[in-house]
Amino acid sequence: MCLAVPGEVVELLEREGLPFAKVRFGGVLREVCLVYEPQARPGDFVLVHVGFAIGTIDREAAERTWKTLTEIGETAEYEKAADEVPG
Amino acid sequence: MKYLDEYRDRAAAESLVRAIERESHRPWVIMEVCGGQTHSILRYGVDRLLEGKVELVHGPGCPVCVTALETIDRAHFIARQPGVIFTSFGDMLRVPGSEGDLLSLKARGADIRIVYSPMDALALARKNPDREVVFFGIGFETTAPANAMALLQAKKLGVKNFSMLVSHVLVPPSIAYIAQTAESRVQAFLGPGHVCAVTGLRAYHALCRRYRLPIVITGFEPVDLLRGILFAVRQLERGEARVENAYERSVPEDGNPAARSVIEEVFETTDRKWRGMGWIPKSGLKIRWEYRDFDAERRFDVGELATREPQACISGLVLKGLAKPDACPAFGTRCTPETPLGATMVSSEGACAAYFQYGRHRKATAEAVP
Ligand code: SF4
Repeated sequence: MCLAVPGEVVELLEREGLPFAKVRFGGVLREVCLVYEPQARPGDFVLVHVGFAIGTIDREAAERTWKTLTEIGETAEYEKAADEVPG
Repeated sequence: MKYLDEYRDRAAAESLVRAIERESHRPWVIMEVCGGQTHSILRYGVDRLLEGKVELVHGPGCPVCVTALETIDRAHFIARQPGVIFTSFGDMLRVPGSEGDLLSLKARGADIRIVYSPMDALALARKNPDREVVFFGIGFETTAPANAMALLQAKKLGVKNFSMLVSHVLVPPSIAYIAQTAESRVQAFLGPGHVCAVTGLRAYHALCRRYRLPIVITGFEPVDLLRGILFAVRQLERGEARVENAYERSVPEDGNPAARSVIEEVFETTDRKWRGMGWIPKSGLKIRWEYRDFDAERRFDVGELATREPQACISGLVLKGLAKPDACPAFGTRCTPETPLGATMVSSEGACAAYFQYGRHRKATAEAVP
């Protein structure tokens, strides 16, 4: 119920005076209301719940998370996994 | 998918499990508040990875499960009225009311439709001006911005045939409820990441100060969950109790101020009855007076309803973290997702349904019942 899924903003739109966007989830495109994240632009990843963007993924915070994960993990197998993770 | 797949990485998860094993020196009891987290924990077997180190108990954060029986019965009453199109998120359709679920009502001819978003229900109302379209507005703070916006738009566009049956619930009062429950064994909470993406962390700081229990705001993928658990274990080992954000990429300290202000415009706080748990003060949202024309409870005179709850169900204990689903005598026998006795067996986020779906069989009953 509280599941929100990250998707990539592809194209900005307008519907009934509200900002909307086409958002890509894997292979699927869906129209999402951007009224709560009006600053989102194509290329940004927004967090979508029941047709609304409720947040924008903070890329720097995501990178920091992976840095602290590398400090936690000490094994070589882990380092390898971290390298494969895109920004 | 980006920001999803990498947080399911096995090696990262294993190194976090090792860190938790290294750093925890006694078996801690941690509650994940949100049903989405419960589902993920069972799905990926996070609880089994930590056996003997950390016990995860499951919280009340499944809106479908905690929606009061009276509210479900009210939904049935409205859906039965002639001319009504009753719309809802899909997982509410199988929740048992006093007399069956909405799905069986639909089979008997009621016009009940699943929508993905409350905005779809609003669009349906505009397309069918001669029908009354009602949306079942349930959920936590994550869903409130969407439901509030549908009401705001309905008012702005002057849509006369749209209304909402609102039974919103709020997370912080439910954490307070559990922290105050005398029998509770919970020593720390994993806070609900997507709720906090909307609300921010303010209310959680107040909870930590009041109850002196660590709250770690946590995401939903296995790596996120394990990282949240590690942070909680570290606080517990050091005797700390503060709010920590382990879901930084999605949760800003201040949440989403635009969403909060629209919630504030349309809804106000109210006492709310939770299924299995009873009344919790100031634990819900209701429609403000200014939006009363869109309140389905005013539009349809439901009156008093006599409710009937199946006796075997211990979902109240499950939702409070006092029992695990496999302690219920009906679990997996009389109660399955096909024939649910209680709401926690319906939604995939209900602990009973998650236990069933991921094949957790009955342990000795006596062991888990408090
Ligand atoms: S298994 Fe069924 S009857 Fe038992 S607590 Fe869960 S929902 Fe209720």
